[in-house]
Amino acid sequence: MSRSSGRGSGLFKGLGITLSTMTRRSITQQYPDVKPELPPRSRGVIALLEENCTSCMLCARECPDWCIYIDSHKEVIPAPEEGGRERSRNVLDRFAIDFSLCMYCGICIDVCPFDALFWSPEFEYAEFDIRNMTHEKDRLGQWMHTVPAPPALDAHAAESKELQAVRKKAESPPVAPPTTDGTSE
Amino acid sequence: MADVLEAAVRLIVIFAAFLTLPLLVGQLEHKVMAHMQARVGPMYAGGFHGWAQLVADGVKFAQKEDVVPDAADRTIYRLAPALALIPYFVALVAIPVGPGLVGQDLEAGVFFVLAVMGVGVIGTLMAGWASANKYSLLGAVRQVSQLMAYELPFVLAAASVAMAAGSLGFAEIVDAWEPWWLVWQLPAAIVFFVAGLAELNRPPFDMPVADAEIIFGPYTEYTGLRFALFLLAEYVGIVLLCFLTAVLFLGGWHGPFSDSWVWTLAKAGALSFVVVWLRVSYPRLRADQLQKLAWQLLIPVALLQLLLTGVVMVAW
Repeated sequence: MSRSSGRGSGLFKGLGITLSTMTRRSITQQYPDVKPELPPRSRGVIALLEENCTSCMLCARECPDWCIYIDSHKEVIPAPEEGGRERSRNVLDRFAIDFSLCMYCGICIDVCPFDALFWSPEFEYAEFDIRNMTHEKDRLGQWMHTVPAPPALDAHAAESKELQAVRKKAESPPVAPPTTDGTSE
Repeated sequence: MADVLEAAVRLIVIFAAFLTLPLLVGQLEHKVMAHMQARVGPMYAGGFHGWAQLVADGVKFAQKEDVVPDAADRTIYRLAPALALIPYFVALVAIPVGPGLVGQDLEAGVFFVLAVMGVGVIGTLMAGWASANKYSLLGAVRQVSQLMAYELPFVLAAASVAMAAGSLGFAEIVDAWEPWWLVWQLPAAIVFFVAGLAELNRPPFDMPVADAEIIFGPYTEYTGLRFALFLLAEYVGIVLLCFLTAVLFLGGWHGPFSDSWVWTLAKAGALSFVVVWLRVSYPRLRADQLQKLAWQLLIPVALLQLLLTGVVMVAW
């Protein structure tokens, strides 16, 4: 405090501050009664879109504290026609994130090449035991519906590659129907 | 028979006030302090803005185990809360709220109340001594040294107004009171209020229970209902101090429009708001600052006020 304001003036200043604070609205958020207004794209929890996952393990390997557990096995798809080649694909058995280790860096989401992981604003998943913080793929999948839609493109931005491809397919004349039953998709 | 009945009714009314007014002050403190700190305070107990918080606290205290330390002086330890609380109740009996609205109208009411209030500190000293805990003892010693320093300005300030009214009775003082006394007796009023706060250990004079240094001073070892009694004593003390200040210095039931007990209650209520306001605004005083404030500021001011009162009385 500056000396020029006189000795003891701080006493009244203090009283003034507390009194003026009292007349203003308090900043308390009544959380369980009133849900907080989180900013859009808040990073609450990581959701998994299981259909998109190819078990490529990129997320698990990039994770700085190794909190993603992935088990998968290979499944052989028989050749669609005589003399064709058999194909194999990965089937996801287990996908779990240990949220007691996760530090919410979001690297797994950035690194996923197939858009299988998303940020969800959901945050109410506390547990009484730290061992229950490992959430399996069904739980991670339940959070998918809380994931907000991707941000809209700018008004005059180019159409996304996926949309272009779909549009091209729809506008081009139909090709001859497939001759055999489609065992492959 | 009618006398006994009347005395019983008066005592019951005072006992009811003794139990409810401190809770009102406590709730006021919860809420005012919260809002001064940009919080909302208790919101759940009782449904509407946590009005029943202190009732809930009381239930909690009643459920707790009453622990007595092994090394404690058991009898004194158990007796201390009662000794801290009862003097305030006895003092309340003599405080008038309106004309004729008093437990027992004493001729030397001011003397009686000030003397009885001083007894309460013995309860605290007993608690600190009997707890067999160094923090308790330190707190008790601090409490006693604080009382020694502040009892003097407290009494001197009260003496000034008693001298001005020419009486030690509360009713006579209020009758003699006139609005210009607000200016004439202002230094005495301030000294009285500040010294009273210090006697009650209210922040910023709460060094005896400074929780950052000596846990909770004399009350460190207390749990459950006995601890609650100490807390109740503190809040009854606030009620008592506010009524005393209102009756002695603010004209009691005198007010604009008409004289009524409502004015006494309103003045005491406003003063208890000030008590909370001071608590929120100021940090705790150190031991040396406490003593300095009492001996170098409050006592000289009280003595000068006494002189001024005497001069005005003689010259009038």
